[in-house]
Amino acid sequence: MVGASAAGLGTAEALRRKGYAGRLTVLGAEHRLPYDRPPLSKQVLSGAWEPERAGLRSRDALDALDAEFVLGDAAVSLDPAARTVRTAAGRTLGAEAVVLATGLRPRRLPGQGDLDGVHVLRTLDDAVALRGALGQARRVVVVGNGVLGAEVAATAAASGAHTSLVGLQPAPLAEQLGERVGGLVARLHARNGVRQYHGTGVEELVHEQARATGVRLPSGEVLPADVVVVAVGCTPATEWLVTSGLRLDDGVVCDARCRAADGVYAAGDAARWYHEGLGAHVRLENRTNATMQAGAVAANLLGGDVAYAPVPYFWTDQFDVKIQVFGTPRPGAEVALVEGDEEGGRFVAVYGGGRPHAVLGWNMAKQARQHSRALSTTGAAAA
Amino acid sequence: MKLSVDEEKCCGAGQCVLIAPDVFDQREEDGIVVLLDPDPPAELHEAVRESAEVCPAAAIRLGEDV
Repeated sequence: MVGASAAGLGTAEALRRKGYAGRLTVLGAEHRLPYDRPPLSKQVLSGAWEPERAGLRSRDALDALDAEFVLGDAAVSLDPAARTVRTAAGRTLGAEAVVLATGLRPRRLPGQGDLDGVHVLRTLDDAVALRGALGQARRVVVVGNGVLGAEVAATAAASGAHTSLVGLQPAPLAEQLGERVGGLVARLHARNGVRQYHGTGVEELVHEQARATGVRLPSGEVLPADVVVVAVGCTPATEWLVTSGLRLDDGVVCDARCRAADGVYAAGDAARWYHEGLGAHVRLENRTNATMQAGAVAANLLGGDVAYAPVPYFWTDQFDVKIQVFGTPRPGAEVALVEGDEEGGRFVAVYGGGRPHAVLGWNMAKQARQHSRALSTTGAAAA
Repeated sequence: MKLSVDEEKCCGAGQCVLIAPDVFDQREEDGIVVLLDPDPPAELHEAVRESAEVCPAAAIRLGEDV
């Protein structure tokens, strides 16, 4: 397993659960044992959890897994035919099969460089650094109004900072949730004091010497900031595979079995595989997919023939609202509330009318899951 | 088996309920996990292990003997 986060760990665990008794090596670029990323923008960032609490498994559970963890050493190249991985520290690791699970790297803004006061959030170290900075900050600007940006803005505002959220989407998460629910997220953020600038990018980072002091919008307005958080999406961490001969196209391109080449599979955020239900290559950047895809990869590594075709699922917490999304809401889809209502702050929304392709829960997690049974992956494929 | 759940970590995904409905449920009001059977019979151990592995919030802990 190249990658020691949810997908790499998940593959190792699923292999053992399914009876594999041979050697397992998990290579991780970070120095840390596997930890969970969703809490980084919420509980870890707010300080509600000490960073250690984000650890995915206890020491005992990792010992029982009987896998060798090689940490703090990044993969730098792969020979798919020989199935050998070379690392930054000069190791050469060989195996019968290799699972590519190197995840994502956050995008940066032009001119971001090493400016002080500008943060991204991907790793636990990032979260700890940002948490420290938020503790000192009066004014925070979050650039990017997708899932991560909105979560960070919520956490920053809840911690008392004067918070602004800027992004290209017409409302926060509009791309992920549709405009109607995105509008509700905007109202939720407004009620909690977040100033919002939607439908706009950022012209540039404003700085004095090496320290950012704000962002300039295309309108010319400058939003002053002690801390700027850049949450403008990620790219698959696949640059180390450029010389491998594997097909790379916004991720490692795989077949329906998550196979990139003989004995080489991919799982998690960096994998773009052929989803038979959707009839397209897809790549999912979410926590649930990392583990579910790892399970499919493990099954196929052990001789199975599993076409991986899940109903996509993610959740996000925004202030006191827990949002669950099954399927992928399409732009302009008809949205019907089938339980609860907006005024009561709890509802289940179904997207797509008589042929639903997505279900969303707003503070109604259990009910949303129950309604999601109406979604099959082929139903999700229906245009 | 001595199973336990961490309600504070639970994100309400409900994956565990899908895999092991005799062992896990979700609260109606907030979707947080409800442990129906902290000591499930041996025939459910495989499903419980899978639930713990796929839980996207790492909120399920297994005790000894699994």
